Amino acid sequence: MTISSELKAIYFISLKDIKSYYFKPPNISWGIIFPMAMALAFYLRNPARMIDLVPGLLGMTILFGSTSMEAVVITFERRVGSFERLLLAPVSLAGVLIGKIIGGAFFGFVVSSAVLVASLFVFSFPNFDLIRLIPSLILSSMAFSALGGFISVAVKEVFEAQTLANLFRFPMIFLSGVFIPIETLPLPVRVISYFLPLTYSAESLRNSLLIPRSIIPYWISIFILAAFSLVLYWSSVRVLRRRLG
Amino acid sequence: MEDNLAVHVDGLTKYYGDLLAVDHIHFDVKKGGIFGFLGPNGAGKTTTIRMLCGLLKPSDGKANVAGFDIQKEIVEVKGRIGVVPEISNLYDELTSLENLIFMCRLYGVPKSQREKRAEALLQLFRLEGKRDALFSSLSKGMKRSLTIAAALVHEPSLIFLDEPTSGLDVVSARNLRTIIKQLHQRGTTIFLTTHNIEEANLLCHRIAVIVKGKIIVVDTPEALKKSVQEKLMVELGMENPNLPNLLDSIKAFDGVDTVSRRQDRFVTGFKGDPPWGPFLQYLQDRGISVTSVNTLQPTMEDAFVKITGLDREMMMMEKEGKKG
Repeated sequence: MTISSELKAIYFISLKDIKSYYFKPPNISWGIIFPMAMALAFYLRNPARMIDLVPGLLGMTILFGSTSMEAVVITFERRVGSFERLLLAPVSLAGVLIGKIIGGAFFGFVVSSAVLVASLFVFSFPNFDLIRLIPSLILSSMAFSALGGFISVAVKEVFEAQTLANLFRFPMIFLSGVFIPIETLPLPVRVISYFLPLTYSAESLRNSLLIPRSIIPYWISIFILAAFSLVLYWSSVRVLRRRLG
Repeated sequence: MEDNLAVHVDGLTKYYGDLLAVDHIHFDVKKGGIFGFLGPNGAGKTTTIRMLCGLLKPSDGKANVAGFDIQKEIVEVKGRIGVVPEISNLYDELTSLENLIFMCRLYGVPKSQREKRAEALLQLFRLEGKRDALFSSLSKGMKRSLTIAAALVHEPSLIFLDEPTSGLDVVSARNLRTIIKQLHQRGTTIFLTTHNIEEANLLCHRIAVIVKGKIIVVDTPEALKKSVQEKLMVELGMENPNLPNLLDSIKAFDGVDTVSRRQDRFVTGFKGDPPWGPFLQYLQDRGISVTSVNTLQPTMEDAFVKITGLDREMMMMEKEGKKG
């Protein structure tokens, strides 16, 4: 088998997942409505500083958009047996997983882009930088989708995947500077926030839209998001290979 | 590996923790034949097939499938084989046609041929009417047929069928057997696992019998049956089957080993070649008139029971909770 046939198989696996799972009403609503509801709650508390919440809101949209389905899709397919169809095809296990992760990342990217476009009609961002914004959105999507993939291969049941995904997602909302700036967090909590990918997603998006900050420089955020993506993907491949025997 | 072999297995072994599921098995499958892997549930059939298809890593041993090493060149192997797992496992959310097109894409079928090939397979499996029906809405038999069709999209030279007719009604099972024969006629090598003795007898050119992870014997169905034939058995039809002491009279003839009554017929086993002339004369002298003589051949079931020491009921037990 050639690299070209492997790449084609990866593309078709992603495409099938996008069509079958991602752009379905329940997934769209979970990916968009939940972050919007959270943002609305904070807006009602402090309407004047809403623009400050947009980068975090985008990061959160990617987090929920990418992981809501990605975190259960492999578990679900393994449960019903259809995942085996992919394992029987002439594509490597690493290829199957990257296909799955790209599907989730694409959805996260599209949904967050839609939220971004909508926000452009409402807010005037002082430092709107598309060149910085696109890598930030793409790498955030990949990191969160890889996180979803890792959760999906680490458990056996769909409900376990959902529980584990929420165990990661909900603390991240409050510890990653989405609503509360990380510099104002107590030191022990701030240390935790440096281990969470949403911190770097929110910070890189903030640096692409608002006044640049030096808490975590843009390129460091980008580098760390790329590292999260690779480590989580590599871990997913290893865990799945071990689970399959 | 010889050129005429589709599969060559050499000492293949699989442990699940401390449990030895497949124990150093050896066998060859010739190109173009139908090879049956017969054994009771839990014998190691599915584990063997999963190792040969690259779904499980062997603990020890080697195997060559379609000319490639399963440990070093598994992606090459996967591109050349078709696999029908025990569970019909296509995508519920896709239609019959979409499932086949997706499989064409995964197996690298050129774009210009995908739709044509998918339609041809739907026709072959008499599923044209279900072209746009979701997989989830198909009957068990149709799901099985579509799963087999999906394994054929890339026209593999070797196809693995794991319990192909298990859980199907009689008509669906018969249709599938016809399709398996058609595939064989086209030159496809078929490797099928089954716990159905009669299915193995009907379809296979060679059969490997596996019990508790070990292959006990590999041979043709005829040779297996012949190997268990110790004496000639005949079924005698009588004009007057209710004569008193008939059983004892037959048994008293020198050369008859065993006699048993099966309704109005008498199943008689001879020691060596039966002396037909003296035997029929002996019966006639006692007023016994023979109307028919039917030589009984040992069945695959007889062979299997003799070879494995297991009974038929144990073989036919379905796995608990098996899905279609």
